[in-house]
Amino acid sequence: MTFFSNIWRNEKSREIIVQIIVLFFLGWFISWLVMNVNANFEALGKDISFEFLFIPAGYDINQYLIDYNNRDSHLRAGIVGLLNTGLVAFFGIILATVLGIALGIIRLSKNWLASKIAYWYVEFTRNVPILLHILLWHGIIINTLPHPRKAISLGEVTFLSNRGFYIPKPLTETGIELVYLFFVIAIIFSILFAKYCKRKQDLTGIQYPVFWINASVICFLPLIAFFISGMPVSLEIPALKGFNFRGGMHMSPELAALTFALGIYTAAFIAEIVRAGILAIDKGQREAAESIGLKPSKVMNLVILPQARRVIIPPLTSQYLNLTKNSSLAIAIGYMDLVATLGGISLNQTGREMETMLIVMLIYLSVSLSISALMNWYNSKVKLVGR
Amino acid sequence: MKTKMLLAGVTAGVMFAGSVLASTLDDVRARGKLNCIINTGLAGFAAPDDKGNWTGFDVDFCRAVAAATLGDADKVNYTTATGKTRFTKLAAGEGELLSRNTTWTFSRDVDLSQTFIGVNYYDGQGFMVPKALGVKSAKGLDGASVCIQTGTTTELNLAEFFAGNNIKYNPVPIETNAEAQELYKAGRCDVYTTDASGLYATMMSFDNPSDHMVLPEIVSKEPLGPVVRHGDDQWADIVAWVLRAMMAGEEKGITSKNVKELAAKDNKDKEINRLLGKDPLQGLSKLGLSPDWAVNVISQVGNYQESFEKHLFPLTIKRGMNALYRDGGLHYIPPIK
Repeated sequence: MTFFSNIWRNEKSREIIVQIIVLFFLGWFISWLVMNVNANFEALGKDISFEFLFIPAGYDINQYLIDYNNRDSHLRAGIVGLLNTGLVAFFGIILATVLGIALGIIRLSKNWLASKIAYWYVEFTRNVPILLHILLWHGIIINTLPHPRKAISLGEVTFLSNRGFYIPKPLTETGIELVYLFFVIAIIFSILFAKYCKRKQDLTGIQYPVFWINASVICFLPLIAFFISGMPVSLEIPALKGFNFRGGMHMSPELAALTFALGIYTAAFIAEIVRAGILAIDKGQREAAESIGLKPSKVMNLVILPQARRVIIPPLTSQYLNLTKNSSLAIAIGYMDLVATLGGISLNQTGREMETMLIVMLIYLSVSLSISALMNWYNSKVKLVGR
Repeated sequence: MKTKMLLAGVTAGVMFAGSVLASTLDDVRARGKLNCIINTGLAGFAAPDDKGNWTGFDVDFCRAVAAATLGDADKVNYTTATGKTRFTKLAAGEGELLSRNTTWTFSRDVDLSQTFIGVNYYDGQGFMVPKALGVKSAKGLDGASVCIQTGTTTELNLAEFFAGNNIKYNPVPIETNAEAQELYKAGRCDVYTTDASGLYATMMSFDNPSDHMVLPEIVSKEPLGPVVRHGDDQWADIVAWVLRAMMAGEEKGITSKNVKELAAKDNKDKEINRLLGKDPLQGLSKLGLSPDWAVNVISQVGNYQESFEKHLFPLTIKRGMNALYRDGGLHYIPPIK
């Protein structure tokens, strides 16, 4: 008796006992859930099988980054959907980040009007549900832009209509390799030059306009190669044929609406995160930087933002995750992402709800974990290093 | 300890499964209401009227089953479902009956563990275009944007039709009929495709129905019918025979007006007597229905013709394939004996 009461009184062993009990109940609960599902599936005469992934999907998808036709398997349709999710998340994250950082900084500006505009943008945008943003943008695009036959033409090469945006598509010809080669050389040069300038500045304090020099090298070197090799790029210009434009590159109204909506909505949250990050930096830092004569832009870029980054990155990661997961609302406007293909039409055509939903959930989980891992890695690069 | 845990899990699982296995009819009677899964809104088939009551051809069938099993056609709880969620809802037990323009196909019948009990509407997939587009045939739709209501057989028919005719198109899949209509009206799509009945219903809801037309091509067979869960033959038989009773009503000239009168007298046509409970119908007790089941159905809901004319004639839908066999249609029901 005393043995047991001693174990219970010992803090360490008590902790272990409690954990074992909790683990036991958790395990019991999970196995009960699994068995319950199995029993119910059996009662309904259903089985769990993933064979449907390999039969032809039979439906068409309007946007594919890898080759796809309706004879391909459900698995491939799912991958096409996943890539579409990735595409819209990628564009959305870029738009949200650029817009969000700009708004966050403007919000803190001393200019009353600019700061108020940023304030109202944030308040209006983030307090309206994302689904409404998506429907609004989609509605604006398809209702205000004209029919393809009356499309708005920009110099007869780019067209805006309610079927989306068509721009010329560059087609590469032989000789393009030289341009690629010069591009790589330009990049390598820029990296070396930047390192050289850094060392020079550390030693002598002399600053070169590194950014402008590198930017011009990266722009002009491939351009020179382009002319030397006889302009090996031709443009495929979209042309109205029948009901729609053919040729060129196409951005559907759905992709555009989703990108705008996700980017603009998430930007409001990012703006607040950036503002919080900047305000978290002691104002003595700013005053010190100003007192040694740095220009306002340098104060921001060299002193405030590098420190604010540490505060900004963890919540920024969760905004990126939100944006990616919110892209699953694409189904409302008919953008064929992962949820619309594998979790939508495939689900319906095969009737395998459990299996498709499990796959879709696992994919979102792994995508989110990858973004998290990437941002954690970046965070560990910029965080304060204890010395 | 582990075996005990397993046992507990199994017992719980079996108890849960047990409720699924109980007779559907008993469940409905115990509740006093039929749970019926219908369309989220399709004029003529299932749509709320100006008082907010669901009405339509598919709704009538829910009412008929409630009349047969509970004696009162109004004892129905309606649950709406999109094309995508309907089978899941039925399988999960959110309704005993799915009466929602559902196409009977092999894999839905066999692989999804549900039972199609008959056809109440023979349909086929068609295309609607604005007349201004100047298209006279679906084969002239090369390159068109096509709005599809997703979660149906429509996507596959469309892919097969266009691939078979070597025509390119740009599919725009939309979740519900209402949203798809908006996109079509806004000009996002050149064409709207769904079952022809749905096209007529949609067209009638437009401000200027005469600006649009349905193309002559019907690209698929769409036998639409009510669906029940697999595994309860008694319930499946009840639902199947309610549908046949409505058609028998039309065949024998039994209407909501004269059914009480015919039920009270001895008719020369003994099939009428058996249907209306005057003469015994062998096996009826096995269905668990009272002898006046068909009287309830026809007096409270009407026969097949009455329901069809009330809900679908306003949409300019003709009887066509949906006439009885003797009028050149496809509805041919087994004899009631």
